[in-house]
Amino acid sequence: MSSPVHAVHHAPHSFFRKWIFSMDHKVIGIQYYLLGLFSVFLGMSLSLLMRYHMVNPNVAVSWFGKLWPTAAAGGIMTPELYLSLMTMHGTIMVFFVLTTVPQSGFGNYFLPIQIGAEDMAFPVLNMMSFWTTFLALIVMVAAFFVQGGAPLSGWTAYPPLSGAGPLTGPGEGLGQTLWILSIAIFCGASLMGAINFIATTVDLRCKGMTLMRMPLTCWTWLVTAILGLLGFAVLLSAGVLLILDRTVGTSFFLPAGMIINDHIIANHKGGSPLLWQHLFWFFGHPEVYIAILPGMGVTSQLLSTFSRKPIFGYRAMVYAILSIGFLGFLVWGHHMFMSGMNPYSAMAFATLTMCIGVPSAIKTFNWIGTLWGGKIHFDTAMLFALGFVSLFVTGGVSGIFLGQPALDLYFHDTYFVVGHFHMIMGVAAIFGMFAGTFYWFPKMFGKMMNEKLGKLHFYLTFIGVYCIFTPMHYVGIAGNPRRYADFTQVEYLGKLIPVHQFMTYAAFFTAAVQLIFLFNLIWSWWKGPKAAVNPWNCTTLEWTVPSPPPHDNFGGVHPVVYRGAYEYSVPGATADFIMQSDPAPVVSGD
Amino acid sequence: MGMAASITHDAVQGPPPPPIDIGWGGGGEPGGRGADRRASFTGLFVLLAASTMVFAAFTSAFVVRRGLSDMNDWVSIHKPPILFVNTAILLVSSFILDLSRRALKAGARSSFNLWWTIATALGILFLAGQAVAWYQLKQAGVYISTNPASSFFYVLTASHAFHLLGGVAALVYVDIQALRLRLGPAKRTAIDVSAIFWHFLDGLWVYLMILFYVWG
Repeated sequence: MSSPVHAVHHAPHSFFRKWIFSMDHKVIGIQYYLLGLFSVFLGMSLSLLMRYHMVNPNVAVSWFGKLWPTAAAGGIMTPELYLSLMTMHGTIMVFFVLTTVPQSGFGNYFLPIQIGAEDMAFPVLNMMSFWTTFLALIVMVAAFFVQGGAPLSGWTAYPPLSGAGPLTGPGEGLGQTLWILSIAIFCGASLMGAINFIATTVDLRCKGMTLMRMPLTCWTWLVTAILGLLGFAVLLSAGVLLILDRTVGTSFFLPAGMIINDHIIANHKGGSPLLWQHLFWFFGHPEVYIAILPGMGVTSQLLSTFSRKPIFGYRAMVYAILSIGFLGFLVWGHHMFMSGMNPYSAMAFATLTMCIGVPSAIKTFNWIGTLWGGKIHFDTAMLFALGFVSLFVTGGVSGIFLGQPALDLYFHDTYFVVGHFHMIMGVAAIFGMFAGTFYWFPKMFGKMMNEKLGKLHFYLTFIGVYCIFTPMHYVGIAGNPRRYADFTQVEYLGKLIPVHQFMTYAAFFTAAVQLIFLFNLIWSWWKGPKAAVNPWNCTTLEWTVPSPPPHDNFGGVHPVVYRGAYEYSVPGATADFIMQSDPAPVVSGD
Repeated sequence: MGMAASITHDAVQGPPPPPIDIGWGGGGEPGGRGADRRASFTGLFVLLAASTMVFAAFTSAFVVRRGLSDMNDWVSIHKPPILFVNTAILLVSSFILDLSRRALKAGARSSFNLWWTIATALGILFLAGQAVAWYQLKQAGVYISTNPASSFFYVLTASHAFHLLGGVAALVYVDIQALRLRLGPAKRTAIDVSAIFWHFLDGLWVYLMILFYVWG
C-alpha cells in the first residue's frame, strides 16, 4: 500500500470480529438499524393486537388463548393484558426504535464519514454501546415471559402503579422490575453512545470541516447526543430510586395510606408520585427531541439535495436546532398540567412551550424556502422527507393546543394526545428513518433500492398514517379516553365505535403496506442494481467514497474540505453541485 | 437568482484561503496522537457532565423529598464520625495524585511511581472506610428503608462509591503500567484523564458531605 498519507487500516478477517463484535462504526450502525427494524415490527404487532381488541373486545381468538393462557383465557384479552401490550408498544417504540435508529443507526454509520473521520473516537466503547443496547432489549422482551407478564404502567411508568409491586396487577411483579432494569441498562448504553458522538464531532473533524460547514445531519446528531447525555442520566437516577422503592422498601415515590386491591400498604409513607413525574419528564421531553431531531437533519439534507438548491438559512437552521435542544429542557411541566400544579408554574411552562414553536417554525419556513423555486426531484427519499414536513406541521399544530393548560385539562387523557404524539414523534420520526433508508441505502449496501416499490410504499403509508391518526384527534375532542381496553359499553362513546373501526382497518392496512418496504429492503440488498459512488449528486463526504465505503472510510487518504455542505446550483459552476472536498476554483459566470 | 448569488462567499470568489483552525478541535490535522488526546479529554468531560446530571437529579429528589416531609417523616440520621476520616483520606489522595503528576513533569519517574501508588492505596482505603461507615450504620439499626434521610444517605454514598470503583480501576491501571515501566507518551493521556476524574470524585464527595451535614 503506497498511500500518500498513511497506511490503510485493514478490516479484521474473522467473522466474529468483523460482523458480531465489530468496532467498525459502519457495522455497528447497521447492527443498530437491524435491532430497530426488529423492534419496530414487534412494536407494530403489539399495536395491531390493541387495535383489534379495542373494536372486538368480546370476540374470542383462539391463538390469543394459546399465547396467553391466563391473561387471555378462552381467547378473550383481559384489560390488564391490553395495558401490558400498550406499555410494551410504547416502550419498545420510544427506546428501541425512535431513540436507536435515527441516532445510533444512521448517526453511527454516517457521522464519521460526513465529517471526514476514519471511525468514531472510541470504537471499543461504540461496540459496548451496541451490545449493551442489545442486552437492554433482551431484558425488556423477557418481561413478556415472566410470571404475570409485561408491566401495565405505560412507557412513563408512573408510581404508585409501577412502584407498589405485584398487588397492583399481574405484570407489576418481576415484569415491572425487568422493565426498570432494561431502561437502566439502556441509559448506560445511551451515555456511552453520547460520549462517542460528542467527542467524535468535536475532535475528529477533518481539515477544513469547520462547525459551520458541517452537514445539518451532523448538527442534529451532536445536539441529540447532548440531549441524550443529560436526559438519560436523570432517567437513570429516577430508575434507581424507583427500583429501590419496589425492592428494599424505601419511600421515594410511594405515599402513605395506600389501599391497593383491598390491601392496606403499611410499609411506605411520605413519598411523592409527583417527584417521579418531574424526574421522568425532565428526561421525557428531551426524549421527544432525541426522536425527532435526527429526522429534521435528514429532511434538511434531502430537501436541499433533491431540489438542487442550498438549504435556505443554514445558520438559522443551526441556531434553531440549538435552541430547540435548549428549550427542550425547560418545558417538562407541560406533561403535568393535570397533576394539580400551581397555575403560575403551568403558565410558565406553557409560555416556554410556545417558545419552542418559534425555532420549529423557523425550520419549517426554511424547508419551504429551500423548496421554493427549486428543481425538485421526486425520488422516494425526497417523498419521505416531504412527508416528514407534512407530519411535523400536522403534529406540531395540535401541540399548540396541548401546550395550553386550559385546553390540556380537557384533552389530556383523551385520544387527542395519542393522535398528537404519534403524528409528531412517532410517524414523523419514522418518515425520517424511511427517508434516510432510501437516501443512504446505496451507500450502505452498494445497491439501489427499487423506486417503484418505494413510491408505492410511500403513498400507501402516507395515506394510511393520516387515516389512523387524524380521526384520533376527532374522537379525542369528543371525549374518548385513552388507555381504555374497551369502551363499547360506554354509552356516550357508542357512536364513536365506527370511527375506531375505521382506524383499526387503517392500522392493519398500513401495517400490511410495510411488508412492501421489508421486501424492497431485502430484495434490493440481494438483487438491486449496483449503486454508483454518488447516485444523488450530493455534496457531502460520504458520496466521495466507494459504495459501500472501505473499512477506514477514505482508503488511507485524509479528506480535506473546502466549502459548506449545500452548494447546489452555484452560478458559473460546471455541475449543479460542488462537492465539499472539491478544491477547484469556480469560474465566475456573471 | 437572487438567492443563488448569495450562496456562500467562497463559492463565487474561488477557492478559500487555507482553512482556519477555529479551535475547539475542528479543522486541524486528523488522526494522530493530538486528536486522540483531545477526544479523550472531550469524552472525559462529557462523562463528567453525565455524572453531574445523575447527582443533580438525586439532589433535586433529595430537596423535594425533604420539603415534603411534614409529618416527621424525615429523621436526620446519626452519621458515623469515620466519614470525616474518609474525607481527609480522599482529599489527601487527590493532593498526592497531583504531586505525582508534577514529579512526572519534572522527569522523576520513580517518585511518580511512588506517589501514584500511595494515592491509589488511599483511594482503596477510602472505599474500605465507606464500608466501615455502612457497617456502623447497620449496627446502629439504620437501614436504607429506615427513613428518607437514611435512604438518600445510602443511595448517594453508594452511587459515589460506584463511581469511585471506576476511578480506582483507572488509577490501578495507570499504576500497573507505571510500575512495569510502560509509561510512554500515549499513557500520559490516561494519567491526566484518570487524575481529573479522581479530582472530580473528590469534589463530588465534599459536596455530598455538605449536603448530608447541612440538609441531611
